[in-house]
Amino acid sequence: MLRIEGLTAEIEGKQILKGIDLEVPKGEIHAIMGPNGSGKSTLSYVLSGREGYDITGGSVTWNGQDLLAMEPEERAAAGLFLAFQYPVELPGVGNANFLRTALNAQRRARGEKEVDAMAFLKLAREKLKKLHMSDEMLKRNVNVGFSGGEKKRNEVLQMALMNPSMAILDETDSGLDIDALRIVSEGVNALRGPDFSSLVITHYQRLLNYIVPDRVHVLMDGRIVRSGGKELAEELEAQGYGQASAA
Amino acid sequence: MNAVTAGAGGFISRFEGLRDRLPGAELEQVRALREEGAATLREKGLPGRRVEEWRYTDLAPVAQAQFTEALTAVGEAPALPAPRAPHRVVFLDGRLAEHLSQLPPHAAPLSARLEAAQDLLAADHGMPLVGLNAMMFEDGLFLDLPEGRDAGTIEVLNIAAHAERPIAFHPRHVIRLAPGAQLTLVETSTGPAGATYLHNPVYDIRVAEGATFTHVRVQREGRSAFQLSTIRARVAAGGTYDNFTLNAGGRLVRNEIHVTLEGPKAAAHMNGAQLVADGQHADTTTFLDHAAPDCPSRQTVKTVLAGKSRGVFQGKILVRQVAQRTDGYQMNQALLLSEEAEIDAKPQLEIYADDVRCSHGATVGALDPEQLFYLRARGIPAEEARAILVQAFLTEAVEGVTDPIAQAALEEAVSGWWEREAA
Repeated sequence: MLRIEGLTAEIEGKQILKGIDLEVPKGEIHAIMGPNGSGKSTLSYVLSGREGYDITGGSVTWNGQDLLAMEPEERAAAGLFLAFQYPVELPGVGNANFLRTALNAQRRARGEKEVDAMAFLKLAREKLKKLHMSDEMLKRNVNVGFSGGEKKRNEVLQMALMNPSMAILDETDSGLDIDALRIVSEGVNALRGPDFSSLVITHYQRLLNYIVPDRVHVLMDGRIVRSGGKELAEELEAQGYGQASAA
Repeated sequence: MNAVTAGAGGFISRFEGLRDRLPGAELEQVRALREEGAATLREKGLPGRRVEEWRYTDLAPVAQAQFTEALTAVGEAPALPAPRAPHRVVFLDGRLAEHLSQLPPHAAPLSARLEAAQDLLAADHGMPLVGLNAMMFEDGLFLDLPEGRDAGTIEVLNIAAHAERPIAFHPRHVIRLAPGAQLTLVETSTGPAGATYLHNPVYDIRVAEGATFTHVRVQREGRSAFQLSTIRARVAAGGTYDNFTLNAGGRLVRNEIHVTLEGPKAAAHMNGAQLVADGQHADTTTFLDHAAPDCPSRQTVKTVLAGKSRGVFQGKILVRQVAQRTDGYQMNQALLLSEEAEIDAKPQLEIYADDVRCSHGATVGALDPEQLFYLRARGIPAEEARAILVQAFLTEAVEGVTDPIAQAALEEAVSGWWEREAA
């Protein structure tokens, strides 16, 4: 269970998050919707531990642990996964090697046995097949020369391999065509279960046709202004953020 | 005589004692070359930082050291690594060790073939280190490939073997490819870790019409050593000189390359990587002379610096008026891993032709925080993430080299560098 209480954060002296209260119980998928500049990406970065944000108040607990006190790699090893809005290119780093290094770093941190190259390849091929992706993806440098859709697919492949208990999807739907959107959604839906929860951050309702959320929250100007069931997403789509948040 | 010229004084007085005993003493032309070198050195001394080309590299430590010549190797030969190629040429302290080498056809010690090679020894043109080499050289590789000959890959080892006291050696390598000949030379220079020595090689290279010379140099001198190398290559129509130099060792290293593209469609590649750790100084200085039309040139030099270190890149491209349709590209990238590291980069384009495509760029920076965060968000600890990104920079720097023997030599020098140097 992820519990966010009174979270405030600023970047370069500018307050972005102005008191977020949010609970994502185990097994649930929650969507956060909001217009540009409402603080959606800041929230995802603060939760995943990116530098450059000053947390000025509040707390975030994750399965009883103080999430904000953990290094980004510790959060990952504890089962938190951030799917990036803009996946980073790593020239000179092979994708297969990167994925195995990441997987083994997490396993090592949890005191589990590392996966050897052969076992990893078998696992990766299995996941690729499930996600209708080509093995070719493993041979390339991480995200280098990937199309927007390929980068997002690579995020989903990583998520499938890491098998997290909490996934934050930061506008994973931006710039995706319908096919890619379907693959990304299938990736998330495949992980769905009593031990998996997710925070799906999006500007549009479209993604939520594929990943049906248990709860929807509206983020405006650094605060959650409204929460509801999945029908709230449709209402937002029909009426726009101004109307829906005032209702 | 200023203080720096005084630094050359030791070399000059040693030359005066040795001049009648040096190889080629009976050859008028070789004697003249040596005297000319001595005159250049007398006039200019070792270059000081007031000379524009030497602004960033201070030779004071070389001037201050009291070098002597290496004694003729006696006793046990040093243990050699397993050969990577069927033909290997081994130099000990600048002298070709025939008993340790598997000489390829058309190769010989320069000292034995000076009469045949003397016309290929280029004048120093006022360059003091070339003058020093001309004055003092004893030996080198003379490789004279006939027309159409494919020599395959030849390995060269330059080993500082007897550096218990400060020694200086100045090998002269003369390499000529006749039309259509092909050669890949993979050279590795090494020496004992704590020994002070000067390795001052000069290369006279001629690449004839349609010939291709791939020249890979892996510099892994001992960490108290100086290497000051000068390459002068002339490339005829349709020929290619493809140089890749890795600077990884030494205390103070300068790698100077001059390439002249003399005929249409001659090509030059002058790529390189410099791994500069605490206490090291590495300088890559190149001069590319486009003296004929339709010539492509490519240059990418990547430098990574750790600790208190300094890197230099000076790259001058001259496009003469005759050199229409020149296609030039130069890129210089530096990765600074410490606040005490410094890189001085000076690209210089001088273009007199009007129909020219010449692009150049430079980047200098630390590790990208976005890339670091991406790796850490995937569970990779910060230290390991940094090592991955440094290795990626190095991998990219050497990936243009395709010869497998060269790749293996580079890989050995590059792998684990960060783990060794950053700890």
